[in-house]
Amino acid sequence: MAETQIKPLTMNFGPQHPAAHGVLRMVMEMDGEVVRRIDPHVGLLHRGTEKLIEYKTYLQAIPYFDRLDYVSPMCQEHAFVLAVEKLLGLEVPARGQYIRVLFDEITRILNHLLNIPAYAMDVGAVTPFLWAFEERELLMEFYERVSGARLHAAYYRPGGVHQDLPAGILDDIAAWAAKFPRVIADLEGLLTENRIFKQRLVDIGVVSAEDAIAWGFTGPMLRASGVPWDLRKAQPYMVYDKMDFDIPVGRNGDCYDRYLVRVAEMKESLKIINQCIQQMPGGPASSVDRKVTPPPRGEMKRSMEALIHHFKLYTEGFHVPAGETYTAVEAPKGEFGVYLVSDGSNRPYRCKIRAPGFPHLQAMEFCSKGYMLADSVAILGSMDIVFGEIDR
Amino acid sequence: MTNVYRELGDFISAALGASLESIEVKLGELVLTCAPAQLPKVMKFLRNDSNCRFEMLIDICGVDYPDRAKRFDAVYNLLSLKHNYRIRVKVAVSEDESVPSLVDLYPSAGWFEREAYDLYGIFFEGNPDLRRILTDYGFEGHPFRKDFPLTGYVEVRYDEEQKRVVYEPVKLQQEFRSFDFESPWEGMLQPRRPLPGDEKAS
Repeated sequence: MAETQIKPLTMNFGPQHPAAHGVLRMVMEMDGEVVRRIDPHVGLLHRGTEKLIEYKTYLQAIPYFDRLDYVSPMCQEHAFVLAVEKLLGLEVPARGQYIRVLFDEITRILNHLLNIPAYAMDVGAVTPFLWAFEERELLMEFYERVSGARLHAAYYRPGGVHQDLPAGILDDIAAWAAKFPRVIADLEGLLTENRIFKQRLVDIGVVSAEDAIAWGFTGPMLRASGVPWDLRKAQPYMVYDKMDFDIPVGRNGDCYDRYLVRVAEMKESLKIINQCIQQMPGGPASSVDRKVTPPPRGEMKRSMEALIHHFKLYTEGFHVPAGETYTAVEAPKGEFGVYLVSDGSNRPYRCKIRAPGFPHLQAMEFCSKGYMLADSVAILGSMDIVFGEIDR
Repeated sequence: MTNVYRELGDFISAALGASLESIEVKLGELVLTCAPAQLPKVMKFLRNDSNCRFEMLIDICGVDYPDRAKRFDAVYNLLSLKHNYRIRVKVAVSEDESVPSLVDLYPSAGWFEREAYDLYGIFFEGNPDLRRILTDYGFEGHPFRKDFPLTGYVEVRYDEEQKRVVYEPVKLQQEFRSFDFESPWEGMLQPRRPLPGDEKAS
């Protein structure tokens, strides 16, 4: 039989594809159904956040961070306010620290509750998506009660959080946390031993620990490859050093391990949430340094000085001493960092945002070369891609 | 952590000596500066030396200082998983200089370099794929430079007659307004640049 030469087929994946998790365009070179080359085109959602921040005061910059990775808003605000606090040399009161850790972990569950079922939907299961969204709604109610917004909270402020917790919310979170293990068990019942789910994920997109480090993977992507690295343990911020929790680590570095790591992380987050509720101290939720944090409304009615502080903080804003810092937090997707340069004025001189998804997506070609087209969808889903943060 | 970084800084400067311009601990973070030509050597040392092991390139970022002779800074943030260290390597380049690419050393450098090139126009020599990454296809200029206006130069709209998206010079309904709220409030306590509108005082 004569040999036939098959011409590689170039194919467009996205930018309007339900499995592309937003606006990703991938130019794929296919050899039959095998992926030979992938060139992801990003930037379709580029809004110039970093440049916009240079034209805003430090306080006005916070809402931009909610809009980066819009499924885990508060963790990103956290990176920015930590950077500002570091430059200012500002201490956060104990209660503020606990509230931040509590909401960081709520955010982590919120993120994984989107990623896991969306991922399951990529590989063919629809039910988990509906179940998890019901649960996400409950969590977003907690967001709403503390900040007034379900998604774009702008709750963390330099010096603490915007307002103290409303009465009774800790009891409600505790009641929710008591019921949540049941939801994880339901999700796991649908997916973990599901034959179709495992066939699509096990041994797909295997990344070794060395490769994961070289490609700059962080978060569940790195941990699934067997590297026990978590900034909450390695470089603890706020009160994470007082929390008792474990770091789930994968063994094979394939898509299935990334799913397992995320499920295990939700259980660990639940532990931290319960500890925060038990240990929640009293006192102010925000720094009382009135040159940075605005005074409470009641004080403004009586004190002229408080009124002036309020006016100046919301027009001119506070000045941050000249300097630069790179500050990172363990966001649900990996290391989210802010490189902040201040020139001593009331606006950041440069604010570079290090999004965890950016290096993950960069390795897309590395991860999916030689796999089938359908596998590349599974690999993309396992990376937990959100375009708000990658395109910035 | 500051003492640990001070020791590490002494160790690195003893080993690399002449290749470095400075190494210091600022705000508890280790900051190293070097000339562009020395960058591959410095990075190779930081990555491979057993006391450093900065195996993960976290980020490359450009910064623009239009008043300086060497206008741009390329800032590399590195992380050592083994020793739990961070270090920042800064390289100053002018508009017509280039920085050696680190793609061979860190595969993750590829997109980060593309981003710095796209947004600032810093040229990375040796990057095999130095295309624009975040801006539009066919975009002109480098938007994050300080002299690039926030509103940009072009805007897009869908043209009903031509049945396609057209690019036009940007038309603002009102002048771009930059509110400068700086005032003597607290500001007079620390010597800073003169306040806008306060020229008479000096």
